[in-house]
Amino acid sequence: MDLNTIWFVLIGVLFAGFFLLEGFDYGVGMVSMLATNDDTERRMMLRTITPVWDGNEVWMLTAGGATFAAFPHVYATMFSGMYLALFLMLIGLILRGVAFEFRDKLEDIKWRRLWDMAIFIGSALPAFLWGVAVANLVSGMKIDANMIYAGTFFDLLTPGTIIGGAAFLLVFAFHGAAYLNMRLGRYALQEKIKALALKLGLLAAVFYLMFAFGMYACTGLLSTTMPLVLIGLAVVAFVAAMVLMKAGLYGGSFAGTAAAVLFTTAGIFGGLFPNILISSLNPAWSLNIYNASSTPYTLSIMTGAACVFVPIVLIYQGMAYWHFRGTITEADIEGNHY
Amino acid sequence: MDALLLSRVQFALTTVYHFLFVPVTLGLSIFVALLETGSLVTKTYAMRDRLRKLAKFFGGLFLINFAMGVVTGIVQEFHFGMNWSEYSRFMGDIFGAPLALEALTAFFLESTFLGLWMFGWDRLSPKLHCLTIWIVALGSNLSAFWILTANSFMQHPVGYAISNGRAEMTDFLALVTNPYVHGEFGHALLAGVSTAGFLVLAISAWKLLYDRESRAAFELSLKAAVVYTMVGLMGTMGVGHFHTQYLAEANPMKLSAMEALWETENPAPFTVMAVINEDEHKNDMAIEIPALFSFMLYNKPEGEVKGMNDLHQELVAKYGQGDYYPDVTGLFFSFRIMIGVGGLMAAITALLGLLAWRRKLLDFPIVLKLVQVLFFLPFIANSVGWYIAEAGRQPWIVVGLQKTADAVSPNLTAGEVGLTIAGFTAVYLVLIAVAVGIGFRHIYNTKIAED
Repeated sequence: MDLNTIWFVLIGVLFAGFFLLEGFDYGVGMVSMLATNDDTERRMMLRTITPVWDGNEVWMLTAGGATFAAFPHVYATMFSGMYLALFLMLIGLILRGVAFEFRDKLEDIKWRRLWDMAIFIGSALPAFLWGVAVANLVSGMKIDANMIYAGTFFDLLTPGTIIGGAAFLLVFAFHGAAYLNMRLGRYALQEKIKALALKLGLLAAVFYLMFAFGMYACTGLLSTTMPLVLIGLAVVAFVAAMVLMKAGLYGGSFAGTAAAVLFTTAGIFGGLFPNILISSLNPAWSLNIYNASSTPYTLSIMTGAACVFVPIVLIYQGMAYWHFRGTITEADIEGNHY
Repeated sequence: MDALLLSRVQFALTTVYHFLFVPVTLGLSIFVALLETGSLVTKTYAMRDRLRKLAKFFGGLFLINFAMGVVTGIVQEFHFGMNWSEYSRFMGDIFGAPLALEALTAFFLESTFLGLWMFGWDRLSPKLHCLTIWIVALGSNLSAFWILTANSFMQHPVGYAISNGRAEMTDFLALVTNPYVHGEFGHALLAGVSTAGFLVLAISAWKLLYDRESRAAFELSLKAAVVYTMVGLMGTMGVGHFHTQYLAEANPMKLSAMEALWETENPAPFTVMAVINEDEHKNDMAIEIPALFSFMLYNKPEGEVKGMNDLHQELVAKYGQGDYYPDVTGLFFSFRIMIGVGGLMAAITALLGLLAWRRKLLDFPIVLKLVQVLFFLPFIANSVGWYIAEAGRQPWIVVGLQKTADAVSPNLTAGEVGLTIAGFTAVYLVLIAVAVGIGFRHIYNTKIAED
């Protein structure tokens, strides 16, 4: 494997980590607002992610930074091309980030509902927009000969990409529900979440299959065996997650959605390879791992850094998760206003 | 206005806004860590308890500030690609690396360990808990190092070659040991210490005056903050001094613009005040102290300092026709505001120190009120400081390599950028009001009584 391929894989891994971790964060943000109106229950649900969400979000920042470092043209074309979409995503992420800090500072119920709304929007909007963004990677964007995006904001929002956005949003919602039920120690609440999750999961499956079928029929991404198998495995894993949810085996259900998210990311990245941004105007104008990359020197420096620091990060983030393991009960939210 | 100008305005707005919170994060993380360490090493129970409660109290403010810093920081990372795609293409090979390293080595540290610290008061052993806040402080300051390494390249490019139509890294070690980084990082870190220290002074002064119950604790935090702020201010000024000397070789145009020095002089005077005429490239009137500028730069009352007009001719010869003058008026006055504010902060801090030492703080409530009213001073100094750094390199985005005008995303329209400016501004205004409100509430409601 050359350095360019290594970095394609590594960025795939970073995005997979981001979708896996922040995926359930987003899901918790959505489900905790939909499943109940009770403040104690909401606080319990949010408490499952408050100590860790910020660390999860760093996966996105690292994926973005790594794209900038390894494939600057991809970073430049994608971020400038998706300008307004990313602006909306940023507004969502801003609201969500401060809401976790602000919501419990006042006892006032209206205040808390306001920030709950911010958490919901700040979770649903980025989840949807990341789905739209990935669907645009899959379908191709209007990129001209100079690697510059030549379309408009509304060219990014086609029926196909909206289906992709809906699929991501709903899969993340189910992923979050599975995580919640795995972490919560209150039967009645788990049942509410389960009932909601099964509905959302059904919708998620429908949209996901539409998205996958669109990818199969309209793009060349699934024309080779490996990506096709990976997407197939994702579908199987998700169906398994739904069955396990219904059976009340929440840990298994979460493992299923986690696998579905990872298989999907792997399948899409595998299908794209060696392209990253496909030009829908002319295939020759696509950005791939060679024409969009940094120099071998920079890539080798970054490879060294990644070899040292990625394992370290995994170790201490893993330790933090281990420290915060266990079920969340009412006792966990008493006395602290975080 | 076009997309270029609007993009510059937007970046300036979001950077300055982001940098309201960053120095507080840098300085307050260390201050809280020091308080918590103090609570572990002191012998008497009363003192331990007081320091621990103070650490919790200022930690609560730290968390509000940190959240604001994080969410506004994400915007900055996205901005480079969104608004400055041609810059990202031209500079990605160099600029991307420190940015990725910032996320990988610093953001993960601070976010993960802050989670442990927030929820760890009763779950972790006191020593382990104290360690987590030190790691947060390390992460925050490491993050400042990486982003300033990236910024230093823009001010003073090193370890690169121009090929394939872009700047390519040839020496990573040169990038991180860029002498420009020492000045920027040292100055920013110590400015963070001063900012947080001064904020602690203002808050402590308020609690001393109006919260009788908590008086003992906040007298302690005030004393600690006097030392902390003073160290920060002296350090900031010292590093600033050496960095300014270094500018004479690294970035002479910026330096001469800060001093409104149009013509080459030996020895060069220090201009206290000037009426600057940017159209005719001269000062219409100036109050000068002879030879002082040369003395500041070379530690002796002689030595040539190149004026902007000569420097401009050199730049024209090197890079072709163009306007290479930065915003002289803005730089000149920003520099004076920064120094003046720093001096004022030092004076107030020294006065508080004197009163605390003589045990007469409560006899002079006017001083306690003064520091409360002037709590915003460090934020002014920080903002104009960044103005000097960034406006001083114009018209370049990377000095000598790429002009700002060539760096903007070519596909953006003024309407799009205008829309995002409006959006960010609206959200940012609401958030600062909420954050300040919650902060005040925290200060008002938290009592640190003696057991």
